[in-house]
Amino acid sequence: MPLTFTAIQTVTVGTGGQLNIEFASITGTYTDLAILMSPRGDAGNSVRSVTMRFNADPSNHSDRRLLGSGATVSSDSNVYGSGGIYCGEATSAGGTASTFSNILIYITNYAGSTNKAVSIDSVNENNATTAYQQIVAGAWSSTAAITNIRFYIQTGNFAEYSTATLYGIVKS
Amino acid sequence: MTKPTKIVVNCTTGEQTIEELTDEEIAQMEIDRATHAALQAEREAQEQAKAESKASAISKLTALGLTEDEVASLL
Repeated sequence: MPLTFTAIQTVTVGTGGQLNIEFASITGTYTDLAILMSPRGDAGNSVRSVTMRFNADPSNHSDRRLLGSGATVSSDSNVYGSGGIYCGEATSAGGTASTFSNILIYITNYAGSTNKAVSIDSVNENNATTAYQQIVAGAWSSTAAITNIRFYIQTGNFAEYSTATLYGIVKS
Repeated sequence: MTKPTKIVVNCTTGEQTIEELTDEEIAQMEIDRATHAALQAEREAQEQAKAESKASAISKLTALGLTEDEVASLL
């Protein structure tokens, strides 16, 4: 049972956007990690997918997604292959202006020596009929401690004012 | 040509930097994006095929005399 959430670092994307958001040199001080993210994309689509990669490993990630669009529901696996864990959709430049998505990521036992489990829930704000909600179960098949987390966006950049905060959780 | 950049925060020191991607990272990014596009196209093709099958089934059931409500109860 998590007892304390400590904000480790917050990143806010500046003018011009950034291709990636990266948390580096994460220490093994905590029991679990959580990330709250408020991303937006600058590509001309209504939404762009966000993925997450641990320790710059281009493989060994997997996920399973339950998706609702406001009209339909579906589920699938390994949304973007083994290169990263799918985190949800960032509202992008083709969507409603000045809206962002919400993504909550929880990583258990991130510094342990077993495979790492991740749970994610996310929604993109759009103020329109179509808005996507996802629940994702993810895994990284590695015994290494997670020391680096990098976020990717499908095309374009993370837009200005996108934010991400990394929290450390201590169980007692 | 300007290289794409990433924002990096060192969680030990708190230092935030804007860094250009290395050539290796750019190559990996291109692989990732190509993979994403291929998987997205595959998923959309499957969804399209499923929608077409459903429309075909509705048409055939309607032709047999089922009402729209009866068809909806089956699908």
